[in-house]
Amino acid sequence: MLLNYEVIDNKLVIKLDGELDHHVAENIRVELDEMIEKKRIKYLIFDLSNLRFMDSSGIGVIMGRYKNISKIGGKVAVIEAQEKIDKIFALSGLYRIVEKYENLTEALNRL
Amino acid sequence: MEYKNHMKLEFDSKSQNEAFARVVVASFATQLDPTLEEIADIKTAVSEAVTNAIIHGYEDRLGIVRVICNIQGNELEILVEDEGNGITDIPQAMEPLFTSKPELERSGMGFTVMETFMDEVRVYSEPGKGTRIRMVKKFKSLVAE
Repeated sequence: MLLNYEVIDNKLVIKLDGELDHHVAENIRVELDEMIEKKRIKYLIFDLSNLRFMDSSGIGVIMGRYKNISKIGGKVAVIEAQEKIDKIFALSGLYRIVEKYENLTEALNRL
Repeated sequence: MEYKNHMKLEFDSKSQNEAFARVVVASFATQLDPTLEEIADIKTAVSEAVTNAIIHGYEDRLGIVRVICNIQGNELEILVEDEGNGITDIPQAMEPLFTSKPELERSGMGFTVMETFMDEVRVYSEPGKGTRIRMVKKFKSLVAE
């Protein structure tokens, strides 16, 4: 799993490249939380265009970041979720708390 | 004669093996001429079941996880077994969003995902003895023929 970051003002764009399961979830969690604190991030955007596989561990990672960032009035968004991953998010009710946008431009405009 | 095949995989309860297990089962399933979607369904369900065995079955201990696959006609039966803690309340464990490990940021969606992507899911468990998850996937390409 590769993580690519881009910080735009107080927004952090994370591009997940590869497979997100329980094995890699812990590292991602630690890395993201560090970054959020250091860069004073308020909005998190998960770019899932290159995410080839995700199981429910991914829901845990996103929900956990939502819990932290919503405490400081921030928001979490996902963009370009492929069909299978979109289905997992939908059935877990994740879209009730996390914004879903088509692409990065839309996410940056709306957040 | 109905086509049959069988395989058994055994590995340590290490999280590195989650990806290994789902890739092996997906490879075994290719003989059923699956669609890309069916392969993705199987990978996700196996990943959930194996993760359960590692996190909940053995917690921090090292144990053995077994994955057994049986093909019969157009059906693939997948058994994921551990000899770990077992589950005291199976209906509760299978409820969406129920998790016994919120501190690990587990979403509690594992069984719901398995049930969504597979045609049958049954859980057999005995506290202190272990857990067996039985899942069945019916492959459509072969049904149509």
